[in-house]
Amino acid sequence: MTVKRVKGRWHNVFLVIRYLLMTLLGVVFFFPILFMVVSSFKPDLQILQDTSSLRAFLPVGELSFQNYVEAFERAPTERFILNSLLVTSITVILGLVVNSMAAFALSILRWRGQGVVLSIIIATFIVPFETIAIPLLLLVSRLPWIGADGIVFGWLNSYHVQIIPFIANAFSIFLFVQFFKSLPFELVEAARIDGAGWFQIYRRIIIPVSGPVFATVAILTFLPMWNQYLWPIMVVQQEEYRPVMVGLQYFFQLNVAWGEIMAYLSTITVPVLVLFLALQRAFIESIASSGIKG
Amino acid sequence: MKTRLYTLVFLLIALVLLAACGGSQPEPAAPAAQEKPAAEAPTTAPEPTEAPAQSAEPSKADPIKLSLWYHGAGNETERAILLQIIEDFNSSQDQWVVEMQDFPQASYNESIVAAALAGNLPDIIDMDGPVMPNWAWSGYLAPLELSEGALDGFLPGAIGKWDGKVYSVGLWDAAVAIYARRSVLEKYNIRIPTLDKPWTKDEFDAALETLQNSGEFEYALDLGMAWTGEWYPYAFSPFLQSFGGDMIDRSTFLTAEGALNGPEAIEFGKWWQSLFERGLVPGTSQDGADRETGFLEGKYALQWNGNWAALPPLEKYGDDMLFLPAPDFGHGPKIGAASWQFGVSATSQHKDGANAFIEFAIQDKYLAAFSDGIGLIPSTRSAAAMTKNYAPGGPLEVFFDLSKEQALIRPPTPGYPTMALIFEKALADIANGADVEATLDAAVDEIDADIEANGGYGFQD
Amino acid sequence: MTTATEISRKRTGFWATLSLNDRRTEVITGWLMASPAIFLLLTFLIIPFFLAFVFAFTNQRLISPNPTEYVGLRNFSRLLTVRLLILEPLTNEATGEPVRDENNKLIYPRVREFTRNNPDYPQYNGLKQWLAWNIGQKRWVLLAGDPVFLRSLYNTFLFALVVVPVQGGLGLVLALIVNQRTTGVNIFRTIYFMPVVVSLVVVSILWRFIYDGQNGLLNNVLQFITFGAFEPIDWLGNPSTALPAIMAMSIWQGVGFHMVIWLAGLQTIPPVLYEAASVEGANGWQQFRYVTWPGLRNTAVFVLVTITMQAFGLFTQIDVMTRGGPLNATTTVIFQAVQRGFEKQDIAYGSAISVVFFIMVLSVALIQRYLTRERD
Repeated sequence: MTVKRVKGRWHNVFLVIRYLLMTLLGVVFFFPILFMVVSSFKPDLQILQDTSSLRAFLPVGELSFQNYVEAFERAPTERFILNSLLVTSITVILGLVVNSMAAFALSILRWRGQGVVLSIIIATFIVPFETIAIPLLLLVSRLPWIGADGIVFGWLNSYHVQIIPFIANAFSIFLFVQFFKSLPFELVEAARIDGAGWFQIYRRIIIPVSGPVFATVAILTFLPMWNQYLWPIMVVQQEEYRPVMVGLQYFFQLNVAWGEIMAYLSTITVPVLVLFLALQRAFIESIASSGIKG
Repeated sequence: MKTRLYTLVFLLIALVLLAACGGSQPEPAAPAAQEKPAAEAPTTAPEPTEAPAQSAEPSKADPIKLSLWYHGAGNETERAILLQIIEDFNSSQDQWVVEMQDFPQASYNESIVAAALAGNLPDIIDMDGPVMPNWAWSGYLAPLELSEGALDGFLPGAIGKWDGKVYSVGLWDAAVAIYARRSVLEKYNIRIPTLDKPWTKDEFDAALETLQNSGEFEYALDLGMAWTGEWYPYAFSPFLQSFGGDMIDRSTFLTAEGALNGPEAIEFGKWWQSLFERGLVPGTSQDGADRETGFLEGKYALQWNGNWAALPPLEKYGDDMLFLPAPDFGHGPKIGAASWQFGVSATSQHKDGANAFIEFAIQDKYLAAFSDGIGLIPSTRSAAAMTKNYAPGGPLEVFFDLSKEQALIRPPTPGYPTMALIFEKALADIANGADVEATLDAAVDEIDADIEANGGYGFQD
Repeated sequence: MTTATEISRKRTGFWATLSLNDRRTEVITGWLMASPAIFLLLTFLIIPFFLAFVFAFTNQRLISPNPTEYVGLRNFSRLLTVRLLILEPLTNEATGEPVRDENNKLIYPRVREFTRNNPDYPQYNGLKQWLAWNIGQKRWVLLAGDPVFLRSLYNTFLFALVVVPVQGGLGLVLALIVNQRTTGVNIFRTIYFMPVVVSLVVVSILWRFIYDGQNGLLNNVLQFITFGAFEPIDWLGNPSTALPAIMAMSIWQGVGFHMVIWLAGLQTIPPVLYEAASVEGANGWQQFRYVTWPGLRNTAVFVLVTITMQAFGLFTQIDVMTRGGPLNATTTVIFQAVQRGFEKQDIAYGSAISVVFFIMVLSVALIQRYLTRERD
């Protein structure tokens, strides 16, 4: 739409140029990922030799699942994937509930202090996790938890230590607030006059019309949680709780084998890519919606 | 939109359920944990000397669990041998059950420090030798209490001492040598050095130039710059020591002044830089896989490498393969000592059990098993005799002597971990062309500032 | 779409109709519904943040038997001190002529003689050489308490300065290219977005392979394109190419995200405006300048702020790919904070770096806000 409509031959020339450009860019964005997946099926030596030609991107030569077999032997990969899925999905779901509720209170309701609270929440957006990791470690190692054996102190070696600190998220709250503010207030007003309670309004009126922003927040929470790396190294000592990114380190001590590494990288990346492709439109549309109101 | 959203939510819930099922039935991630002591005989009463507190109730209670942390995750051979020792120990008595938890080495020290901070250390800790004084000083380790003579005949590098007490012991030591091929050296008329008559600096430099100029190799020597981390101080500080410098003044352990930036150290630094300037060695951006395979594929003529990597080239080159001693840069040939060792945490509730395990593990047969499995140097001469490679006349016997003759431990001070990082960065910077004097001076300043900030780490003027 | 002012006006009207009791319920409900998030943020973000703030004024170590002490601003002064030292060339005492070395270069006294226990120059004690250059016969040396930190400040700003406009601009270009309904555009849109879905750790490992100096994919591709004329470069091993290489990779990974945000912005512009512009005979550039760009104002602010925050927090790529090297060419503020605080076990100093970082980012955020404010 943004490009001037040109009739006739020139139109076709422009079209060809545009497609050429798009294809070239597509190669740049796609080939590294393609290289990773293709290499995961090749023996180490061939990966190195193939880098000197286009064969690097083609599934040719000696192809096998050998790298995958070895990667799964070297690290309990399936366990790590399951752990990451568990931690990620619970965080996403709890995050949706907690953050949307807070945003509802901050944007639809009116109460003294909400302005200050919102400003503080938005200000925390600039704190990178790396800078508070150590104080946070000191803190969680002393927090109580009610487990099977009664109250225990210290949150290390568990799923909850990987989940709870990441549920509330300033950016998520911000996105929800922006979206809720854009909703027509008549919806709320009408329900209120009908005698609905605030919580009912949140559940029956607001949530059903907020699909896009819920999807956005879900996706924006999913990606960083799946990629957790520094925090699990610090708080998880037992293999049974480790997530996928820590598992990566199993491949970088002795016997560095690129084939195995590529196989492991593909194993932890391809499922996310497939999920993305399957839900591609929802994915892109929902992220897009975060920008409109920005 | 709505349908897609529901699909998404549904998928997420499905994943949670899937994962939760997995979570409720933990897979045998650590098989040791599942191992029941085989010799569990309910009739056996504990020996009174070992369990006086239980006199009121002589019947056998459940064995006490001891946790052990190990750095070898992802290394199957090593893990299998250790698991075997644990299984043997668990079945040899019924008072203790050791459970292993293994960690990837890349983040092992971070994991331990985090656990120490959180007060969550295991009973038995595996640690890299030079880090031990730091942990002992910080109060995270207890001195070992082994029976008299348990450590007789051990290589000095395999025993970790701090403040006059033994805190750790290793089942093996490691040694570094120059990997070479007899045929290559003979082809270029290079003298084959011996333990008694190692290469001098000039001989070494000339050999490197000859090999590089031959055009047959990408690089004359591979130092292993890809192995960032502890490899730098372990493998390269001995060069500095052979030049006459050191990472710290070992007479006081209070300053690096003069040791790391004296004329000898600067001479070392200039030589180090020249290796990279002359293009004789791959630089800091070397790929890990090249380090792994470069010598085997003939890309590198020589390689400065540890004995743990000795088996593949030995297999490939057979009799042609040589392991040469470190060159003598003026103050005698030197290599680093001390590898991974076991110790007992100060917070362990069952130090007697932890000590019992360590004493069990340092039997000659296990020393020999590790040696045969991963090529390490067994800690005793008697164990060496039981191995394939280090027995008299074995292909790697030279390493045992190297370890005895040339090995020098890295500075035994609690300041070591910080010092090691500073040293690593200085060497990398010099390799990349930084001014030698300024870099070493800055490293000295940083080391001294760290020592001062820590009140001398327990050392006094 | 309802604008914010409309809502608040309606909202006020509605508010007035409520009874006192209703208002009280609303206040209580408000706090109740916000409280889980407030509690969690307080516990897991704000308290640790203030702990870090407190540590910055002490000598707290990660593990140490020594007691923790208050040290005032010592950590900050070490971080930020910068002083100038001007050196005279060494002269021959007999002739007064400057001494020259074998290459006919002037010889200067060692900086260390001034910075290390020299009672005549207490102000230089403990400082290190950061930069040096010759002016006339004199040598000007800039000394600093922590040259590596200053270098990381420089790198971080440089990274942000390049990545913010390039990633933002490229994102817009991509959005303009794929913003139409021709065959296959969806596929390209998906492909451009794919790297966003891949973990930064994975991407960094993968690109280490691409940037390798010997078997690297990039060198091979460039040699192929130039028919062998291109000299292979050790991208991550060379101080002058390492940071640009990481910039390029970061843009590659993140640009798809911003493309989608621009795309969303583009779709909010009513088509009728383009038609009107067409009728008035506007060319492509004029359409962009007078219709598209003004319509993207809010989107632009959002893109600017998110990329800036991302750029300042640069850490993972550095940690995985270069660990700050070669020669400090890629060290960044957050990387230093982690390096000092965790690896070198000096929490206090790491926290001081974090505090400086917060102040820096907050200032940048406020400046951006001022510059992009609505002007009526």
